[in-house]
Amino acid sequence: MHELSIAMSIVEMAQEEADSRGQLQVQAVHLRLGKLCGVVKEALLSSYEMACHATPLEGSQLLIEEIPVEVFCPKCEVPRLVTSIQWFRCPECGTPTPTVLHGKELEVVALEIRE
Amino acid sequence: MSGEPRLVEVRKNVLKQNDVIARALRERFRKAGVLAISLVSSPGSGKTAFLEKMLTLLQPRYRVAALVGDLATENDAARLARSQAPVKQILTGTVCHLEAAMVENALAGWDLNNLDFLFIENVGNLVCPSSYDLGEDLRFVLLSVTEGEDKPLKYPTIFNSADVAVITKSDLAAAVEFDEAAARCNIQAVRPGMEVFKLSAKTGEGMAEYLNFLERRRIPSRAASGV
Repeated sequence: MHELSIAMSIVEMAQEEADSRGQLQVQAVHLRLGKLCGVVKEALLSSYEMACHATPLEGSQLLIEEIPVEVFCPKCEVPRLVTSIQWFRCPECGTPTPTVLHGKELEVVALEIRE
Repeated sequence: MSGEPRLVEVRKNVLKQNDVIARALRERFRKAGVLAISLVSSPGSGKTAFLEKMLTLLQPRYRVAALVGDLATENDAARLARSQAPVKQILTGTVCHLEAAMVENALAGWDLNNLDFLFIENVGNLVCPSSYDLGEDLRFVLLSVTEGEDKPLKYPTIFNSADVAVITKSDLAAAVEFDEAAARCNIQAVRPGMEVFKLSAKTGEGMAEYLNFLERRRIPSRAASGV
């Protein structure tokens, strides 16, 4: 269970970004979360609430956009979304592919600020 | 006063701090000509026995060292010290995985130029370590025959993040009716093309192939300058 330490990093990062822009009041944090980054969405959401406790971000929301796993099919020569992370093959032609283009993201994309 | 929130773009990787340290470590390893290998697996899959055997076999010809992560107890470091290789324990306390900064701290005082191989044994856990880059050149995921063939399907993220799979405790395969073909098939499903070794640290079966692989993967700069 490393979601709590990830949540604390998110809160810390959001706070730093808000402070560096003039002590902004953060209402929500927008996060991109890849299906293959090793972090569980539900666990992260509950950890976020704990991580915000007694910080200026208390009461703020974590808005998660889940990013599906996209691989590059060497045969079709185009990016494809895998149907399951237990099956790294092109969903169209069935060719196995280890080349992951998306799905490992764990990034704070934006902050929602209360004016 | 408007109630409409304003969006401020950030675009920052949450694990940026870890990744920066990991990149610096990787560069240090490369410059020093040391091949850094991390081991991940569930608890009890035989990481320490495998590591002890590897250190002992490599020791006569190469300069090897190991870092071992555990929540508590220094038992593993004591076990590995029998190989005579330098070993340092990283106690993580309640943290369920190693992070790049822990590796960096543990290396303080070690001259990497005096090493050919550095092994980093992660905390026994198939979930959390997958998110953290340690600066290693290769990540090995271990799967013992006693764990069942479907481990890769249960933990696809860590298997996908690894470079090589090692099936351990092969001496017990018959006793537990381990279906090797199914295990290999499951590994390839979550990480197509992954190299797989099957071995027993106890009997030594399969260790020779594995050591050959390590020797082939030695950092070229060191191999070239050693001529």
